[in-house]
Parts: sequence; structure tokens; C-alpha cells
Amino acid sequence: MDDVVAPATTEEAAEILREAAAAGLAVVIRGAGTKIDWGTPPRRVDLIVDTTRLTGVVEHAAGDLIAVVRAGTPLDSLDFGTQQLALDSPLPGATVGGTVAVNTSGPRRLLYGTARDLLIGITVIRPDGTITRSGGKVVKNVAGYDLGKLYTGSYGTLGLITECVFRLHPVPAARAFVTAAVRAPDLAAQLAAIRAEQVVPSAVEIDAPLDGPVTIAVLIEGTAEGVHDRAARLEKLLGGTVSDEPPAWFGAYPWPADGVGVKVGVALSRVAGLPPGVRGSAGTGVLYAHLTGDIPARLAAFRAAAEYAVVLTAPPSVRDELDMWGPVPGIELMRRVKDQFDPDHRFAPGRFAGGI
Amino acid sequence: MFRPKLDAERPPGYVEPVTTLKSLATALRADLGADRVIDDRQELRTYECDGLAHYKVTPGLVVLARDTADCVRTVKACCEARVPFVARGSGTGLSGGALPRADGVLIVTAKMREIVEVSPADERAVVQPGVINLDVSKASAAHGYYYAPDPSSQQICSIGGNVAENSGGAHCLKYGFTTNHVLGARVVTPDGEVVELGGRAPDSPGYDLLGAFVGAEGTLGVATEVTVRLTRLPESVRTVLAGFESPQQAGAATSAIIAAGVVPAAVEMMDALAIEAAEAAVACGYPPGAGAVLIVELDGPAAEVAAQFAQVTALCEANGATELRIARTPAERALFWKGRKSAFAAVGRISPDYIVQDGVIPRTALPEVLRRIDEIAAVHGVRVANVFHAGDGNLHPLVLFDAAVPGADLHAEEASGAIIDLCIEYGGSITGEHGVGADKAKYMPRMFTDDDLQTMQLLRCAFDPLGLANPGKIFPTPRLCGEVPRKHSANETPAGADLF
Repeated sequence: MDDVVAPATTEEAAEILREAAAAGLAVVIRGAGTKIDWGTPPRRVDLIVDTTRLTGVVEHAAGDLIAVVRAGTPLDSLDFGTQQLALDSPLPGATVGGTVAVNTSGPRRLLYGTARDLLIGITVIRPDGTITRSGGKVVKNVAGYDLGKLYTGSYGTLGLITECVFRLHPVPAARAFVTAAVRAPDLAAQLAAIRAEQVVPSAVEIDAPLDGPVTIAVLIEGTAEGVHDRAARLEKLLGGTVSDEPPAWFGAYPWPADGVGVKVGVALSRVAGLPPGVRGSAGTGVLYAHLTGDIPARLAAFRAAAEYAVVLTAPPSVRDELDMWGPVPGIELMRRVKDQFDPDHRFAPGRFAGGI
Repeated sequence: MFRPKLDAERPPGYVEPVTTLKSLATALRADLGADRVIDDRQELRTYECDGLAHYKVTPGLVVLARDTADCVRTVKACCEARVPFVARGSGTGLSGGALPRADGVLIVTAKMREIVEVSPADERAVVQPGVINLDVSKASAAHGYYYAPDPSSQQICSIGGNVAENSGGAHCLKYGFTTNHVLGARVVTPDGEVVELGGRAPDSPGYDLLGAFVGAEGTLGVATEVTVRLTRLPESVRTVLAGFESPQQAGAATSAIIAAGVVPAAVEMMDALAIEAAEAAVACGYPPGAGAVLIVELDGPAAEVAAQFAQVTALCEANGATELRIARTPAERALFWKGRKSAFAAVGRISPDYIVQDGVIPRTALPEVLRRIDEIAAVHGVRVANVFHAGDGNLHPLVLFDAAVPGADLHAEEASGAIIDLCIEYGGSITGEHGVGADKAKYMPRMFTDDDLQTMQLLRCAFDPLGLANPGKIFPTPRLCGEVPRKHSANETPAGADLF
């Protein structure tokens, strides 16, 4: 039976982790639980640390374009007025800490980057209970190792994130979506044409279902005058339509709750060559697929066509049959990192790539 | 020129060399070819410093690497001999990050200058570490692309050095730093293994070791090939040069621009002394008598830039700009930038000696910090010329002194250090883009706790358990990796990792 604790402060969490270390407990971190089933199931769980009491905005320095946010704060609850943390939340309710820990992203990563790019400072409690910080509260800073990048996407295997410092962006005055249907054979040329157009989209998304036509949706943000001009250019280029709201599929993962969800990374020139049944950021080469039918065969097809294809989530019966992470270059070095940060392998043991 | 005392003692953290540099030279010469290895005392002195020229150490040995294999052989030989090594690109760094070791090998990657691939269809370029920053943009321009990070030294600095230092530049506020533009790197780890970090697509599975590697100042290994992101050239670029009576007014204009929701490609500020120096050096034609100038540059789609540029010029006027010059031609724009980009060297025209400082403050603290810098200058009897990346609060105070005056160097160093303390006091950073290197390791404990530093060392120990990769940089007190209590489970410990 797993115990659940929900500390309200960094200090309280550190105390809990020190005790857990002394008792040799295996620890899993949980925020809102929106991605708790992602990754390989941990080999052992003795204690769940729930971050949902670690909430709130500690500081919003508007003039400096930064905010300090506690890890358990729901991402979609953040309100910085005329500024924003430009991170999309594909899963409603997801916490800031969970978003960083798994490095989830959405359509606007094309313009703003991901948590990896927007995080400028971080407070992490190491598995032994030590409170540590790296980075800082200024946008520009190269003092010391950028450990924020290491923790981003580490699935809670290196420590507990309690506080994040983010770089903010202004909320644009206007936005428009240009949506167009495109024949699959024309997709590569259309994507190249968008890149050539110098309209600086915030997002270039495609939805290519297994059966049916491919849709491109481009998000344009900026001043009212600028957005009007750029959207009109794209409308003409793609033969599409301009709207204020995105299509229903925009920014949503393509799999249902109990489906097999895969994240695919691909060089931009190979986006159009991916197997059908894919949706996501054609502008950055990070897309998502819902695998059905012969799942191992479909996964293999994605791995052959892309740089990587990682199974994020799958029902237990399927999970055991799949190599969820696929080949991971540098895995030996990653094991050495894990050995240093969590020498007893107590933090989500086995959840990460290579059994880390 | 001022020479700080260097600790001649070998820092702890690595094992005593078991062979001499002389026998290492013989072995490497046989392995790599005689022309790859330098051990002549005179020739070695060519490499005794990087851009921070008052730190000088003659390297024990220099290897001019041609390719990854050369780097692997050299690092492996160093590893076997327990000899430290330092990688160096163009040697333009300003924190002594490529300062050699008298007891070690300097691996020079400047000859690895091939642009392996420019792929506009992937918006990527693959380059060797010795490739000059600006050459990546030049090679991409015909395809309508450029490489966004633009340190002032971009005509001579190398991509390998940029990766090591996570170099910035004037356009960071909008476009980010080197780390945001590097997608992959082939790295020779400190034990001589080759590992591919990242790749052609973002978010490679596993830990983001690439993100940790960029900016690690060569302490985690040597990059021998780098995949960078190319950025589409903007449709429109507009640049305004605004003169103000005081830096305070220029700072207020910057705040107003940010508050209006504009993210300029660059906002640069220079104060009267920096203007005077730039005029003397490159005759950039800045407004005479101005207490400060601001260069504001917007880029992007034409309609967008036009709308925001009107806003920016109005905000400069509303905040007291005495003169506004709008660049009408690329040549005029280049002249605006020439004054700014040559500012460091230019102060040589008005002072025989100077220290370039690099610190960061929350941008909104600028007026207060400027006043405090004036006080510091008065207390220490030095002049300070100020050059800022005003948009992101990155200060480059230039502390001017005359080394011929006894004690002046010490006063300058004290003033420079006091400015760094000021940055820390205001919640900023000891370095925004030049790196910690050899120069600022001593300041790290003022910004980070022992626990913070020890946590960073965990990463280092994972990559470099013997402490051979650029020891003595970043960390004030290197530590033995074996100090950490560790346990291994037999099935997860990679073969060969048991080095402790």
C-alpha cells in the first residue's frame, strides 16, 4: 500500500524526503496526475509525494518579464494579466511541475519553445532531501550548470521540483488561425511554402488522420494590423480560411484515455513522409500518434520514418509487449547521471528510458 | 596590465599524472602525426591566454585536432596518463574558460572548420566546432536563413566555443541564447568515448544531456560536431538610434517599450563614456553630447514591424529622446551597430587599460544600479563606461584604469568585483554571457549555496569522474567524485564505470 503525502512548502517536502531517504523508500512524484501513467511503470513505489498543495505564484516581476511559480500550480490557472507563460497544456489541469518534469508542449512551441526554453531557474529537492537551486531570476544568466534542462523531461527520476522561474512573454493583441485542407502528396510542398513566407507563425500544426484528408492549421499572433496582413497572405497561399478560433483538434493529443499514445520526433523535411495517423507540430517536427491495429508494426513504421518514437502511454496489456522508449543514444551517460543524483535508485525506479 | 595571482597548486579532484607530458607528446606525435603536436616553448606561448588576456598560463602541450578521431585519441591518452585537458576554439572567450593548464594538454579545435551540411528544408546546419559563428549565417543566407546567436565577436569566435560558453549576443531577448539554437552535438566525453547528444529533431528521449552540456564551459567534454537550428531571415528589420540626456531616461524608455508588450530583437544602451570611446574608435556618428544612446531594433514580418516601430519611436520621444535617427539603409544600420559591437575594444582609445565586466540585474533595477555603479567608481577612484543589453538587464561595465599608476589595477579589480556584488544584491547573476571560467569561479559561492554547487558537481562527476576536463573552471573548489556515498545495483552499472 503506497502512502501519499502532500507537503505545502519546499522545507516540508525536504523533511519528508530526508525521512524517506533514511527509510529507503521508493518515491514517486505526482502533480495533478494527468501523466501519472506515462513512462514505464516504476519497479517499486513506497511513497507518493503529491505536489498539489505546493501552489501559487511567488512573484511576478512584470517589468522583468519573469515569474516564480510553485510546482503544484495548475498551468492553466496562471494569470499574468497582459503577460503570459507561453506554455501550452495539452492535458487540462496539468501542473507546472508536471509540465516541466515531462516537458510536455503544444502548438506554440514553434515560436516560444518548450519548458526547456522558458525555464530560467529551478528549485529541486534531491532524493537525499537536500534543497538545491540552479539558474536564477534573470532571463540572461550563464553562471554554473544549467541543471534546469537536466530536470526538464526527467520524469521525476532525479528529484522533486518545488519551484520554477519562468521567462514570460507579452500576450499578443491579436491572433488568427488559418486552416486549410491539403492532399497528402502536396503536404511537403505546402509546409515548405509556409516556411518560405516569412510570416513567423506561432504554430504550424497538421492533423493527418488514418483515413481522410490532411488539415494544416497555422496560428498567427501579433499586432492587429500585422496579424490581418499575415493571415491574409497565408489564406491566399494555402487556399484556406481565417478564423478567430482553432479547429477542435488543435493542440489535443490524438489518443483516447485508454489508447496507445506516441510522441514522434522528426526532421522537418521528413514530416510529410510520416505514416498516416499523426497530429502535431509540423513546424518543429514534434508530433503525436494514436496507435491502433498491429501496434508493434505501426510503432516500428514510425521509428523507421522518424528520429525517435516514444510510447508515452498505453494500456497495461499492450505496455508489456512494447519497447516504450526505443533506442536512446547516450543512455550509459544517463545512467551515470542517475547514479550521481539518486545513487539508491529510489526515485521512480524504472520509469525512465533504459530502466532508469 | 593587471595580473591576478593564479593558484599554481594543482587543485584536488584529479589523480596525479602517472606519466610526464614529454612521453605523452611522444605518444601523441606518433599517433596523430608530428605536425599535430606542439611542445616547443615559444610556440606554446601563442596559446597562453584566451580573450581574457591578463590570465596567462603556457600550456604543457598543444594538440591541433583535425577531426573527432584526433580528439578521441588525445582525450584517451590524457585519461590514461591522468593529465588534464582544456579545449579551445578561436580563443576569444572573456572569462578565461580556455585558459590552458601548465600540467595539461590544450586541444585546439580551430582547424576543424568544415560546414558539413546546410539543410534549409530541415532548418538545420551541421558544423565542425572550429567554424566561425558568422560563417554559419553566411552559408545559410542564400537559402534565406541565418544563425541567430550573435556575440559581438561573431566574426572570429567559433561555434565550439559558443557551445561551451552558451554565448549570447545583442539579440538574445527575442531569440534566446546558443542553448536554444543547438539541436545536437557529437561529444567526446572526458573518458574518450564518442556520444551523440540530441539530434535533428527536438526533445530527444532521455535526459537532456545536450542542454546540460551547452554552457558547461568544456568541463563535460569536447564537442566535435554541432547541429544548429537555422532561423528564417526576417522580412523586415528596422533600427532606431535614440539619444537621451541620461541613462535613466534611456532606461525609462526601455521599460516603456517592454511594458507596451513589444519584444524588440535588440535593445542596447551605451552611456556617455562608452559613446565617447566608440566615436574615437570607429566614428559611428552617435548624437554628440548625448548622456546615453539606445539602439532599438525590431525585426519580423513587414506589417508587424511597421506597427510596432511607430510605437517604439513614440515611446522614446515620450521618455525624453533628444534625437531619433532611423536607419534608412543597411549601411546606416551597420554603422549604428559598429559603435556598439566595437565598444569593448574602443575604450582602449580613452584608457590604457580596462576590465570588461559582465553581470546581470533585473532590468527594472537599472536606474538604481547605475547610481550605485557611479558610487563604486567614485569610491575606488576609477572611471566606468557602461554598455548594456538593456532589454535583458545584462550589463557590461568597463572599468578604466592606467596600469602605470601604482595600485590602479587593484582599485579597478576591486571596483569590478563590487559591481558583481551589486548584481548579486539585486537578485541578478555574476555572468550573463561571458561565462564563469577561471575569472569568476571565486564569485560562485556568492550566488549559489554549497548544496547548489555540490549538486552541479554531481553532473560533472557523471561525465568526468577523474576531473580531467578543464579543471579549475566554474567551481571554486573542485572535489573528488568518490566523496559521494554511492551504491550500484549490479544489473544497472555499466561496465567500466567503476572508477572510484
